Amino acid sequence: MRTRIAYIASNTFREAVRDRVLYNLIAFALLLSGAAILVGQISIEIEKLVVINLGLTAVSLFGVVIAIFIGIGLVSKEIEKRTLYTVLSRPVRRWEFIVGKFFGLAGTLVVNAFFMAIGVFAALFYVSHKFVRADALILVALYFIILEFLIICSLSLLFSSFSSPLLSAVFAFSLFVIGSFAEDLRNFAGMAHGFTRWLATGTAYLVPNFSAFNVITSVAHEQPVAGQLILNNTLYAVFYATMALSGAVLIFENRDLK
Amino acid sequence: MIAGACLVLSLAASSVVLHHVDQLRPQATLDEVLFLSSPKVIKRASLGYDGLMACIYWTRAVQYFGNRHHYYAASYNLLAPLLEITTHLDPHLVVAYEFGSSFLAPKPPFGAGQPKSAIELMNYGIENNPDNWRLYYDLGFVYYTELKDYKNAAESFARGSQVPNAHPFLKVLAAQMASHAGDYETARSLWLASYQNTQDKLIKQNAVDHLRALRVEEDVDHLQAAVTRFGERTGRLPASMEELAAAERFARIPVDPDGHPYKLTPEGRIEVREPHDFQFATKGLPPGFKPWPTFDAPQP
Repeated sequence: MRTRIAYIASNTFREAVRDRVLYNLIAFALLLSGAAILVGQISIEIEKLVVINLGLTAVSLFGVVIAIFIGIGLVSKEIEKRTLYTVLSRPVRRWEFIVGKFFGLAGTLVVNAFFMAIGVFAALFYVSHKFVRADALILVALYFIILEFLIICSLSLLFSSFSSPLLSAVFAFSLFVIGSFAEDLRNFAGMAHGFTRWLATGTAYLVPNFSAFNVITSVAHEQPVAGQLILNNTLYAVFYATMALSGAVLIFENRDLK
Repeated sequence: MIAGACLVLSLAASSVVLHHVDQLRPQATLDEVLFLSSPKVIKRASLGYDGLMACIYWTRAVQYFGNRHHYYAASYNLLAPLLEITTHLDPHLVVAYEFGSSFLAPKPPFGAGQPKSAIELMNYGIENNPDNWRLYYDLGFVYYTELKDYKNAAESFARGSQVPNAHPFLKVLAAQMASHAGDYETARSLWLASYQNTQDKLIKQNAVDHLRALRVEEDVDHLQAAVTRFGERTGRLPASMEELAAAERFARIPVDPDGHPYKLTPEGRIEVREPHDFQFATKGLPPGFKPWPTFDAPQP
């Protein structure tokens, strides 16, 4: 079982690389090196802040875009190209296919984020000429971004399991935006009454809460991140991604592929 | 090959045409506009990436101020809103409070001439960064230099002195403000502190310029008093600086910080020889002298 999942995952990774997904690293490198060199000349005393903020924001946004645009085609493309039938005619269960795809996409994003992280640290060294202990906090922010990717990958797969690529992209991107406003939704629920309150609270818990994963600004100001938040965010991402993946598996298992 | 040549030629042609279009409508891209002015809306629209947005708005504020300042503009309408947006996006961006207040508070053409906005900005900064003594110092600085509000300046310095790891001179400044004693001495302490507590070359130069202006003002006060004394003694004005120096038993003809002798006008006024070299001085300048003409600048 593990071998089959690993095989599907590695194929998904290879396919993403063949699709030139990692080319985004070139754009990232240009963006970051340009910012590191130029900001000192057009602004005042924010070189380091810009490198951290821009670097981590780019890691996050590039990853989200890749997760959505690769994730939405993972199932539907296999159906369209009829390669899925070849896979499923072998001793591969449908849930293994979904889980393998998930790990393949997540792996692609982790590798992408790893190279971007090297770029962030290199740009940081360029502007600061040294590393300080607080710079290690950037790793926490990167970890949270990867957790965010896990959720988005699972959601893209969920939508991909029953919808067309275009609609899946719309759904996934909408959920990303709504998830960024999750705390506002919770505040709104706190102010509402009766049925609206229940509805808003339910929605706030149903949509992913991405705001809890965003510690970029505080990390840029060298503010520590609580260990409790790291633990809770990890658990939340694991549970949420498992929930969305389970949904994808349920739909895919019951889908008539004839 | 042909396609490549077409690409280069059409790119060059479109750039030339666009340049002509820009010349036909010079104001079109230069209007002073802030499309989104609500910090809350911008914060929401940033989808959580508010740190990066704050850096962008801070850079925009710096560019806006720099451009207006370069042309000695008389108005800086967008500066306060840009700083408000910046600091609401990232309330811990201390540099935006420190520099922002020095952009907002001084009178044009050195700043926006909005000390009240600078105070609001600093209070918001202190609210969000209560442990940063520099913000209390900057707040007191604005109260003292722009508003001559000794009471609030003393209070700001005193509050700052209670912050852990605050610089000891805050206590001294608080005491000086409370007693209103020695205006020049107090001002010198403030500008010296400003010089010593920054790594930024522009701020250092600004402090040096103010210290030079202070020295001129103090010299002019002393020399003007000497002229008055001379008049009381002799019933006439001194004919020259040499006569005044001899009467007052100065060791030599008094000189400004650049080594140029002070000038005595036929009306008995003491003036510097190169008024343009002392842009911040309020004394010792020819009547009606303005360091630079102020006018409305082209927009960035």
